[in-house]
Amino acid sequence: MSFRAWLERQRSLLDYTLASLGRRRGKNLSLVLVYGLTVFAVASTLFLTEALRAEAAEVLRGGPDVVVQRLVAGRHDLIPAAEVERLAAIRGVERAVGRRWGYLYRPASQANLTVMVPERFWGGDAELVVGEGVARLEGLVAGATLRLTGWSGEALDFTVREVIPAGSALVTTDLVLLSEAGYQRLFGADPDRFTDIALTVPNARELPTVAQKALQLVPGARAITRLEMARTYQAIFDWRSGLVMLVLSTAVLAFALVAWDKAAGLSAEERREIGILKAIGWDVSDVLLVKTWEGAVVSAAAFTAGVVAAYLHVFVGGAALLAPALEGWSTLSPRQHLTPAVGGLQLATLFFLTVVPYTVATVVPAWRSATIDPDAVMRS
Amino acid sequence: MRPSDRLLVGVVVAGLAVEACWLHARARQLDVAGRQASAAMVHRLGLTDLALFTEARYTRHLTQADRFAPFQDHPGAREHFPSGALVAPPRFP
Repeated sequence: MSFRAWLERQRSLLDYTLASLGRRRGKNLSLVLVYGLTVFAVASTLFLTEALRAEAAEVLRGGPDVVVQRLVAGRHDLIPAAEVERLAAIRGVERAVGRRWGYLYRPASQANLTVMVPERFWGGDAELVVGEGVARLEGLVAGATLRLTGWSGEALDFTVREVIPAGSALVTTDLVLLSEAGYQRLFGADPDRFTDIALTVPNARELPTVAQKALQLVPGARAITRLEMARTYQAIFDWRSGLVMLVLSTAVLAFALVAWDKAAGLSAEERREIGILKAIGWDVSDVLLVKTWEGAVVSAAAFTAGVVAAYLHVFVGGAALLAPALEGWSTLSPRQHLTPAVGGLQLATLFFLTVVPYTVATVVPAWRSATIDPDAVMRS
Repeated sequence: MRPSDRLLVGVVVAGLAVEACWLHARARQLDVAGRQASAAMVHRLGLTDLALFTEARYTRHLTQADRFAPFQDHPGAREHFPSGALVAPPRFP
């Protein structure tokens, strides 16, 4: 058979398949819709988690090399300022900086803010620099006044010096930056203690050794290296995470149900159709080709529509449907478009988990019906 | 027009939609201003975490919280913040 004849044959079979699908239009459209929604749910989750993972790896690379925290009875405690010099003396440590940061709950907006003293704050003692989310939630612009309640209950007025541009919202949305003096006024913090100490270690291979030495110098402390921070974000949205697990298991179950329904047998109408085709001279291979085309058309349409819709949902629509789940009870979340980081492996896995089983589930019962005598099939 | 021709048109439209997504992704990847701004803030301020979940201390700073933080309100307490249920448990070495 020449290629042209083969192609014409496939086209004719495809014409028949499409006409056959058209005869059960309602059923097949609802099937594509449900199938597409399943793919959409899984692909949206994969796109979002992959993008967040890539963003974390890219953005957090410049964070502190080692963070040393003091623990007392299993809880994070303030670390004495004297430890800064001792930790700076460790071989391999370029510099050690004591950091002051904490949290501030705003009852009016029910938001948890992260308050931080930068190493070199560029404003005055009564000034604040706030993240885009804080400005949005509190209705602040540069020059506005924010009244906070100090540790002793007194009202403290701070002037907003600037709002951090929204471009970095993913890491700064809830930040409130202020001077050391401002931090003291707000929290009454002990000037001889820091929240933690950040170490700069130029040689990445020395990180574990430096962390170990830091623990020897400050017994009971916890040293978190940059590698561990990176690992946390790589592992955070893996398949064991609740978000992925929930969507994936629901989708797999829904899909198993559809595939089971297909594989369990054909409807009487479909069986009759196969019987008639056999009776008028169709081969088993022709019937199977038609059924393969049917499975492939339905699953490819649903897969493509699901994946494209998921892409638009996550990277154009800001993952609006997943955002409420991610936000939980927080009232402050970054509003930033993510950079697409679509993993080919994930898409291929999704393809083989959905399209292949569905096509097989379509063909198997057709093969069972097509191999029986046409008369028996039509009478059953 | 044969049904298979209509399918071909459908395949071309789907291909164009995928292509448009791909071009959009490339354009976003080339526009690095947001990432650079975030990376610059991380470097300047020594930030350790993404501000994804601000509802609790240990979900705001996932890398800085110890493993018992979600359960430390009282002995036997259960984790009750929704985002605590979304992320994977820590890997034990």
